[in-house]
Amino acid sequence: MSQPKDHGKPGRPKMAVFKFASCDGCQLSILNLEDDLLALGQALDIAYFPEASSDMREGPYDIALVEGSITTPEDARRILSVRKQAPLLITIGACATAGGIQALRNWGDVEAFKRVVYPSPQYIQSLSTSTPISEHVRVDFELWGCPIDKEQLLRVITDLLAGVQPRLPTHSVCIECKRQGNVCVMVAKGIPCLGPVTRTGCGAICPSMGRDCYGCFGPAEGAHEGPGLPPNTASLAKEFHQGLQLIPIEVLRRFRGINGSVRPFREESQAWEQKDRAG
Amino acid sequence: MSEAKKTKTRTIAVDMIARVEGEGALRVTVKDGVVQDVELRIFEPPRFFEAFLVGRHYDEVPDIVARICGICPVAYQMSAVHALEQIFAVRVEGALRDLRRMIYCGEWIESHTLHVYMLHAPDFLGYASAIAMAKDHPGILIRGLRLKKAGNALMTLLGGRSVHPISVKVGGFSRVPLRRELEGLKEELLWARDAAVETVRWVAGFDYPDFAQDYTFVALHPSDEYPFNEGPIQSSGGVNISAAEFEQHFREEQAPYSTALQCRLNGASYLVGPLARVNFNHDHLSPLGKQVLADTGLSLPLCNPFHAIIARSVEILYAIEETLRIIDSYEPPPCPSVPVTVRAGTGMACTEAPRGILYHRYRVDGDGLIREAKIVPPTSQNQRRIEEDLRAYMPRVLDLSNEQAALGCEKVIRCYDPCISCATHFLKLDILRDG
Repeated sequence: MSQPKDHGKPGRPKMAVFKFASCDGCQLSILNLEDDLLALGQALDIAYFPEASSDMREGPYDIALVEGSITTPEDARRILSVRKQAPLLITIGACATAGGIQALRNWGDVEAFKRVVYPSPQYIQSLSTSTPISEHVRVDFELWGCPIDKEQLLRVITDLLAGVQPRLPTHSVCIECKRQGNVCVMVAKGIPCLGPVTRTGCGAICPSMGRDCYGCFGPAEGAHEGPGLPPNTASLAKEFHQGLQLIPIEVLRRFRGINGSVRPFREESQAWEQKDRAG
Repeated sequence: MSEAKKTKTRTIAVDMIARVEGEGALRVTVKDGVVQDVELRIFEPPRFFEAFLVGRHYDEVPDIVARICGICPVAYQMSAVHALEQIFAVRVEGALRDLRRMIYCGEWIESHTLHVYMLHAPDFLGYASAIAMAKDHPGILIRGLRLKKAGNALMTLLGGRSVHPISVKVGGFSRVPLRRELEGLKEELLWARDAAVETVRWVAGFDYPDFAQDYTFVALHPSDEYPFNEGPIQSSGGVNISAAEFEQHFREEQAPYSTALQCRLNGASYLVGPLARVNFNHDHLSPLGKQVLADTGLSLPLCNPFHAIIARSVEILYAIEETLRIIDSYEPPPCPSVPVTVRAGTGMACTEAPRGILYHRYRVDGDGLIREAKIVPPTSQNQRRIEEDLRAYMPRVLDLSNEQAALGCEKVIRCYDPCISCATHFLKLDILRDG
């Protein structure tokens, strides 16, 4: 049986979607573009997107979207080849941009982890770390979020196709939450919320639903003193400890989560690890 | 494709697709025209959730385990909170229990519709993708996308967002919807109910190969409702156990060629998912659901894996009707969650993920920290059964070209809607022909 091929009109930019270690949620966000998906399929030639199509064509491509982090020797080689195939490489989501939740292994013993999960760990090829794409190749644009916001993705693709440098807001969830008029969960309920140091993009959904932000979109910029500077995690951590009475290991866990290996969060969790060890 | 000249051992390797490492592949060995080995190889890099859950606080578990799968995060959250609530002797009842069914309905609608319309239907209609299918059948794909959107809207209202919802917690939710918010979904859900009926009729009209298999079905089978979060685990072979007894009967094994563990029931393969659920629980479908299923002309039990797309469509209809039922009777609970008192212990739970039963076990210490975690996803349970189906299917395709044989095998695998995180529907097929 021959499968009809849709190679599209000539001249449309070719897009490819690659997966590394991840949950598929960010690729699903592309398919969740329901209202815009068909338009996207017309504007772009989706040349390689295994999750959605068995018509997979070889590169080069104009845009490569990369989901997932690097956790195996083979994937560390494969990302080099992906980079060569596309002039524009965009990481989609916390795994590709920051190493993801699986970067929690970076503080563990992966050989011991293998023994916990697999009866025959010798068959499992895995690096001791989970690292973001940018530690391996140059990345042209990084989309944060676990998962990404599909509207942000559409915006970035549209900007790039128009030859415009994409810009997304980098201020904190806390500011977005105030704009929405929510009652502050930290002030009113004493819940340790990461909103003051986390980048906006989700719509402040957690505090809007009465719970703490847990950092899906990574560190905000400029929350310290000015644009480009890291957020003031130390001040927030101190408030968790002194104001909300979290013990050091609890402060550590707050910062060591979805985006735990990104520098500002990583350094904060390690600072509290030292306090925890010092007793 | 490379084909060695006539030598004693002939090896034919087919790259069915451009190189896709890190996903799934199939390796079939054929000797003298007889299939020797069928290995479904899952290359998905291991992420070690069960290991790094250890030391985390129990209230972080729903947020962490959601990340195992972007397509079915609610399933992971539901199995987790039910297992943990068992330890703390927390009972979530009434409207909160209904809301948990409802958010699960949203996930079934979203996940099943994704598979039926975007991943599986193109196989039956001869397209490479849903987007290619839309060229000739735009109305059908638009209906599918709208149906999927209805499921996502439900998850977003209850969970804040559809991928990795944020409101599910041990004891209930961080926020529950207002009555009028749920009422606001009704009009679209009434459209979706009609669309789901159309979906069943549409897929029932596809051409199906005659490929009935002798399955051991496993699903939850409550006495009074279609299963989501509760009910005994039953098998068509006579097993009838609680989740607490799961590991006495079901064992995970490791194959050297796969990063997914394979699970067996008393040493043998079995099948979980929509076919098993419909076969056990069709009595709990609504009158409309029963009628639509009867109109397909299929007799129960459904034993052809290709009919899973029909079972999945029937379940989309059920999930929409169940949501409408809950909306009509909804009275917001007094609190979005019930209080939890931490105590040490071990808890197990099994819920019905879109692809089949999902088992979790946790051991928690007196501080509420996780000391041990075990998770058995549906795809690892079906993996062995997929291999056996492929073995049974191979004789039908051995005379075909390698490309066509690979296409046929891929279609068998896709019937199972293998969890995309376990990535087996992008297939690289090697057929090794020995002699």
